[in-house]
Amino acid sequence: MIPAQDVLAPAGPQAAQIHALWQLMLWMCTAVFALVVAAAWIAVLRRRRDVLEPLQGADTPAQSRRVARIIGIAVALSALGLAVLIVASIGTDRALAGLPHDDALHIELTGHQWWWEATYDSVDPSKMFTTANELHIPVGRAVIFTLKADDVIHSLWVPNLHGKKDLVPGRTATHLIRADTPGIYRGQCAEFCGYQHAWMSLLVIADPPDQYAAWEARQRQPAGEPPDAQAVRGRDVFERGTCAICHTVEGTRAQGKHAPDLTHLASRMTIGAVALDNTPANRAAWIVDPQRFKPGVNMPAHNLPAEELGALLHYLETLR
Amino acid sequence: MILDRAIVLFVLVAIGVAGCERERRDFQTPPSGAQATRSLRMTDITPGAPEPTSSARNPLEENAFALAQGKRLFHWYNCNACHGDGGGGSMGPALMDDVWIYGSEPANVFATIVQGRPNGMPSFGGRIPDKELWQLVAYVRSLSGQVEKTTATGRDDSIMVKPGENRMDPQKPVQATPSSASEHP
Repeated sequence: MIPAQDVLAPAGPQAAQIHALWQLMLWMCTAVFALVVAAAWIAVLRRRRDVLEPLQGADTPAQSRRVARIIGIAVALSALGLAVLIVASIGTDRALAGLPHDDALHIELTGHQWWWEATYDSVDPSKMFTTANELHIPVGRAVIFTLKADDVIHSLWVPNLHGKKDLVPGRTATHLIRADTPGIYRGQCAEFCGYQHAWMSLLVIADPPDQYAAWEARQRQPAGEPPDAQAVRGRDVFERGTCAICHTVEGTRAQGKHAPDLTHLASRMTIGAVALDNTPANRAAWIVDPQRFKPGVNMPAHNLPAEELGALLHYLETLR
Repeated sequence: MILDRAIVLFVLVAIGVAGCERERRDFQTPPSGAQATRSLRMTDITPGAPEPTSSARNPLEENAFALAQGKRLFHWYNCNACHGDGGGGSMGPALMDDVWIYGSEPANVFATIVQGRPNGMPSFGGRIPDKELWQLVAYVRSLSGQVEKTTATGRDDSIMVKPGENRMDPQKPVQATPSSASEHP
């Protein structure tokens, strides 16, 4: 079960900083609002009492001084409050940028209409691997995202971990996060990017370091040989049909680069960028008519013969 | 007087409604390629009296979204590697000029992509679904101004090497033989 994204439940230092600033601003602004409303009420009630009294002439010098003092105190309080907010904002910004990241994990995240491509970087090119829409990160270790966009402007937002950052075509941006609590964190494209913007989601799964290492080691492996004849047939359908022209399965001839990498498809929780649970039935429905679930998605409908579809689904199930 | 106004209004509304079709996005109905290519021939010699070759229209040519998708697929499927960015030609023949080796009608272009052609054009049959093929066909024809300027694409995602397809003057297709075409690739 995927928990809802929640900006009020920080799971890492970045989100915690932003959350603390938000709390400060919320309560300070609430207090200011309450004070202003109270002052307004006092003024209203005083005015009503004044009306009953006969009009006096000009203010006495004592009254003028009192008014000046009250205005002075109010201005000073406002300035102090604003200064506190400015200092807190700057402090939060510095804290966000100052997250220690010497041993950071580097992930290049590219936004496409309407899915996320993630390439885990490494100084050793043979250790790099690509996945899509479902990122695993180790708990307690900083992650530096290098953000790119393939077509239009997207925005990365994983509320439990950090604020938003735009992905702009032709430019790169970086985003520094760390998760301190293991869990599944839902993310969402936060910049309108077309028909299926609402279904451009991703999952960030924070694992304990040993679990993450195991996941990473498995992701680095190419797809193995199909275990049985039907899976071989399924791979043939994949390689020789339309799948391979857009999708990649490492270790096979399918090397398309315009759709999610499917090397470890069956190990993911969802398909279609968190549009559907990753069950065999949903995979079948998606292949046959993806437009039913995400109208406008670039994946075309496939009217495959039952035998080919069955073999293909069987093969996809082996991509763990 | 009132009738005149009504006619003007009717024309304006008609133009507006026609304009809507231009941007229409049909996600559910893939066109079938089977009909269009059935009467396609590779030679002018026929038994009996000569018959006109296929002149099936490609409805997607009237749709701006389909043309834009065709342009995207032109890069995705690596057409630009041989035919050049924007159809300027390199290893493969240019697509922005008036010379057509295997016919300029939508059905001809469709068959060329599906079947492949000698001297380097790969066969994409079974690799690209019909609807995407027709989008590509529409875009390829727009490169030499064979579609309406109002629907052709106007910009590139990368640096523009030439004016947009919507600024191409329509080129009158000239049929070249495969051998003569090799002289001007």
